[in-house]
Amino acid sequence: MNEILVLVDHVDGSVRKTTTELLTLARTLGAPSAVFIGTGIDSARATLTSYGAEKIYVLSGADLTEYLVAPKTEALAQLVKQTSPAAVLVPSTPEAREVAARLAVKTGSGLITDAVDVQPGAPGGSPLTTQSVFAGGYTVTATVPVGTPIVVVKPNAVTPEQAAGAGVEQSVEVVVSDAARTARIVKREPRTRSARPELTEAEIVVSGGRGTGGDFTDVEALADALGAAVGASRAAVDSGWYPHSYQVGQTGKTVSPQLYVATGISGAIQHRAGMQTSKTIVAVNKDADAPIFELVDFGVVGDLKSVLPQATAAIGRAQGLVQPDG
Amino acid sequence: MRIVVCVKHVPDATGKRTFDPADNTVDRAGVDGLLSELDEYPIEEALRIAGDDGEVVVLTVGPDQALDAARKALQMGAHAAVHVCDDALAGSDAPATSLVLAKAVEKVGDSGGAVGLVLCGMASTDGAMGVVPAMLAERLGVPMLTFAAEVSVDGDLVTVRRDGDVAIETVEARLPLVVSVTDQINEPRYPSFKGIMAAKKKPVETWSLAYLGVDPNLVGLAAAWSQVEAFTARPPRSQGTVVIDEGDGGTKLADYLAAQKFI
Repeated sequence: MNEILVLVDHVDGSVRKTTTELLTLARTLGAPSAVFIGTGIDSARATLTSYGAEKIYVLSGADLTEYLVAPKTEALAQLVKQTSPAAVLVPSTPEAREVAARLAVKTGSGLITDAVDVQPGAPGGSPLTTQSVFAGGYTVTATVPVGTPIVVVKPNAVTPEQAAGAGVEQSVEVVVSDAARTARIVKREPRTRSARPELTEAEIVVSGGRGTGGDFTDVEALADALGAAVGASRAAVDSGWYPHSYQVGQTGKTVSPQLYVATGISGAIQHRAGMQTSKTIVAVNKDADAPIFELVDFGVVGDLKSVLPQATAAIGRAQGLVQPDG
Repeated sequence: MRIVVCVKHVPDATGKRTFDPADNTVDRAGVDGLLSELDEYPIEEALRIAGDDGEVVVLTVGPDQALDAARKALQMGAHAAVHVCDDALAGSDAPATSLVLAKAVEKVGDSGGAVGLVLCGMASTDGAMGVVPAMLAERLGVPMLTFAAEVSVDGDLVTVRRDGDVAIETVEARLPLVVSVTDQINEPRYPSFKGIMAAKKKPVETWSLAYLGVDPNLVGLAAAWSQVEAFTARPPRSQGTVVIDEGDGGTKLADYLAAQKFI
């Protein structure tokens, strides 16, 4: 069966949800092989196997963690050469994107970025990828006729489903060239993780914009009532009201949740580029003419300062009714 | 130091962007174009790093109108422009573009002094792949620091701060290298009247693939390593229910979310 390499995204062995999505997708294309780079395989093994990894390649060594992506790319290129996979799936993180870009040049392979779906193609041929482009205005299907198809897959492309794989583990000795030992990480300050779901992975996102006036209290309260991630528009981020890592839009994160709640956001094209593919869109805005209302499934024209707390309270009551003990 | 900034001319995002049905490529003729907004940041950063004695060369690859993007960079203060323009380039994908950029960067270095730093934006605002800078570094065989929110240069040591989701990292490499910058790094200037007038006298060179020694069979649509099979316009979202808040907007919102099983 065709081997499909899946680059594992993890933090010290804690496997991120996107990896389980990639393994689920890979099973529709062939036999998934997880490529694990770094430390913590003991914590990762069970998850990788339970989502269908038939093989797990473990690549470790100081060169792979001390330097930036060049050694990882060399290692992956060696693995691609050894295994001749039918495709390589990588998560849509900045680092994996750079790895994918370099791997494409190194192996003379076509690259597809930000795929929202990957389907089997013609027998023996490239998988067929689906992308959402131009601020979600178009859907494009594409193939990779040259080299080993390398596909950067967006979060939430599929719902992860478990299916036990053999998980046969293989350590890979990596030979890294001197040329790859150039860009170094000299300092790393881990961010304190918010208790909320990760923005790009969340089922529900509640975002605030200019209309918050800088106070995200009501936005965060609604998000917490819904178990949602918090996002922000560029206007809010540029005003210094919320950190850039929460920005939804063309120059920030692209999200595709089941439910997107835009509050105090007018819906400029830059913002729509980041959220237009959400399944259900809800907006609260004072301005009835705001372009965001052209997209919504449900909208409230009103002041978020009164609408959001009322909604949060009503959600709390509804949840109280459903879960009397909770 | 000589700095090359790679910039792209893109269809205006507020215009009607579409594809050319003849070959499934981005329609660049039917819509107004401009300098990709995210490329203003590396131009600004290059001007800052170059200071009074450095030189900033802006480099663009594309059809005739792509020169407008380079011209804007000249108006902002870049010293010279190189426009790689060749009919064979139409439909080039990211790997081909990176090949042409790499050859052009080397050529800039051959004519007028070594290039220390190549600056790029984090992505274009049309294709938005965000992979060309890394491919360019791979082609040039030099280090790359991506997504810089802050750049400092001390001799030949370049240090970059990047604000990742998991951690804030300080990363470093030595010149020559490629750096891509985010829109958090600076506030790009607007061209001044003086800048616009001065730009008219700045050197602009147009280079062909033959001049760069690039085989035309390696670029363009036919040589692309990835291929668009089909494109379809997403059906416009049909507008749902919009209610005016009359003191019960929040309750109605909660009712809707409950009906849709989000609660």
